[in-house]
Amino acid sequence: MYTVSYYNKLNYHLKLVSAKVKLEIVKKKAIIVKDLVKKYRKAEKNAVDSISFDVEEGEFFALLGPNGAGKTTTISILTTTLSKSGGEITIAGYDADKESSLVRQNIGIIFQNPSLDQNLTAEENIRFHSVLYGIYPFAPTFSLMPDAYQKRVKELAGILGIEKEMNKPIKTFSGGMKRKLEIIRSLMHKPKILFLDEPTSGLDPLSRKTLWEYLRDVRKTEKTTIFLTTHYLEEAEEADRVCIINHGQIVSLGTPEKIKRELVKKFITADSKDREKLTKELSKHSYTYTGTGPFHIMLDGKSAQDVIKSINTKLSYLYIHNPTLEEAYLEIVGNTQTEEKGATAHA
Amino acid sequence: MREVNAIATIAYRDFTRLLRDRARIISTFIFPVIFIGVLGGSLQSNLSDEAGYNFLTFIFAGVLGQTLFQSTASGIISLIEDRENDFSQEIFVSPISRYSIIFGKILGESLVALTQLVGIIIFGLIIGVTMTVAQVITLIPFFLIVCLLGGAFGIFVLSNLSSQRSANQIFPFVMFPQFFLAGVFSPIKELPLPLMILSRISPMTYAVDLLRSVYYADSPVYDKVVLFNTPINLAVIGAMFTVFMIGGTYLFMRNERNR
Repeated sequence: MYTVSYYNKLNYHLKLVSAKVKLEIVKKKAIIVKDLVKKYRKAEKNAVDSISFDVEEGEFFALLGPNGAGKTTTISILTTTLSKSGGEITIAGYDADKESSLVRQNIGIIFQNPSLDQNLTAEENIRFHSVLYGIYPFAPTFSLMPDAYQKRVKELAGILGIEKEMNKPIKTFSGGMKRKLEIIRSLMHKPKILFLDEPTSGLDPLSRKTLWEYLRDVRKTEKTTIFLTTHYLEEAEEADRVCIINHGQIVSLGTPEKIKRELVKKFITADSKDREKLTKELSKHSYTYTGTGPFHIMLDGKSAQDVIKSINTKLSYLYIHNPTLEEAYLEIVGNTQTEEKGATAHA
Repeated sequence: MREVNAIATIAYRDFTRLLRDRARIISTFIFPVIFIGVLGGSLQSNLSDEAGYNFLTFIFAGVLGQTLFQSTASGIISLIEDRENDFSQEIFVSPISRYSIIFGKILGESLVALTQLVGIIIFGLIIGVTMTVAQVITLIPFFLIVCLLGGAFGIFVLSNLSSQRSANQIFPFVMFPQFFLAGVFSPIKELPLPLMILSRISPMTYAVDLLRSVYYADSPVYDKVVLFNTPINLAVIGAMFTVFMIGGTYLFMRNERNR
């Protein structure tokens, strides 16, 4: 009896170990970016200034930053449509420069501006894409296309509720419908990584909501790695990890929770008629503070109440600064946006 | 096989767009009709006796080559139009060869040019140009060759232009002089040396002469109207096509990615 149970236990542990090993192997990198630099011709500053990060397979990664931060530049280089000035990029295991065709085969892209042919119908746009990616052979009409294609298109149109519009020119589509159609199109060749460059810009709140619901479904069913650029904080908060960039450099990188901790600096603003006494007291408790009065006293993880309790000097002014993530983000990008204006032309 | 399908679908897209753009179909007939009807008619009445051959037919054969060459070359401008409409991104991120993309585009614009040609031939027949069914059938592969040369020339010119506006300004400059240097409307057997050099380096010259050499193949005036002969024209066109196609695609794609 003893030996059998021991054997079972051992076997169980071995299984656990092998599962762990497998997990390590499966968790490959979908995107590796190393010291990426991009300087546009005739530009003075680097649009992207030596950034490095990587994205795991199946991860939802968001690149967050204000206009002109270098988001579109980065995504254009990752998707092989723009040359880089320096650095190394690996997408789905392939070198973005030397194996660009293999990279292209493995990625789907939703561009910032809808890239549909306005003169073609919705179905023709999808057919064009499918043939271009070698999924189905060319045929001049829908009815001549293989049954598998016809079935898939009808199915996708059903999901989006645009069965009737499939044979109408794109011109008649609303912004939200165009976006959805682009997502359908980009998923036709079952890409491993889906790049979305500010997919909800120009959409009304309802379209944005339904688009996100659809994307969540896609992620669940297709297990696609998603690389998103956005300037909406609430969109980035949905991601597994967020990378904030500004001036082409990484400001912060990590889970939304980690970013919150890093970005949200809590402090107390206080002042007293007897400033000398107050500064002495602050130094005694070794609080970090800035200013010559009023003073910004950093909380550094301590509670505001504890800090106030420890100060005996009579205060003439007291304010607790406890920003939301949104406010913290705006503080970071807001400081620099006015001076950026001249350099945003390319992004 | 995938590349062939991709070329077919890119070409088909251009053709579909033409069929949905009625204004463009009609406007493309206007110039050839003026050239053949007005210019051909008036020269025929005044110069034919001295030249020793029918001027209307001479211009008609020339306009066939000129229209195919120019229409395909100018059609390539739509590559920039695609870029400005953000559609080119969809094509350029696809995993197919860059040469297939450009070749598909040239083929599509060739189909567009060949559609125009039908109207021109019908117009020619109405105003009295002689053209047999056998002649048309023999000419078809040569029509396509002229289109391919025009398209390759188009991508070569376009490869260094950044906007549709500059393309629309530059193209007439590189096309219009060729009408005269290629001898579409006038004989160019004898030319002063500078013009002779320009004429012989102008790609349209070989496009026009190729079609005349086939059209006039059994005619007694062959020696008077044809400059070279079919094999020489084909050889020069083949060489020019290769250089324009490879050089143009390379430069165009480099400018597309290096910004």
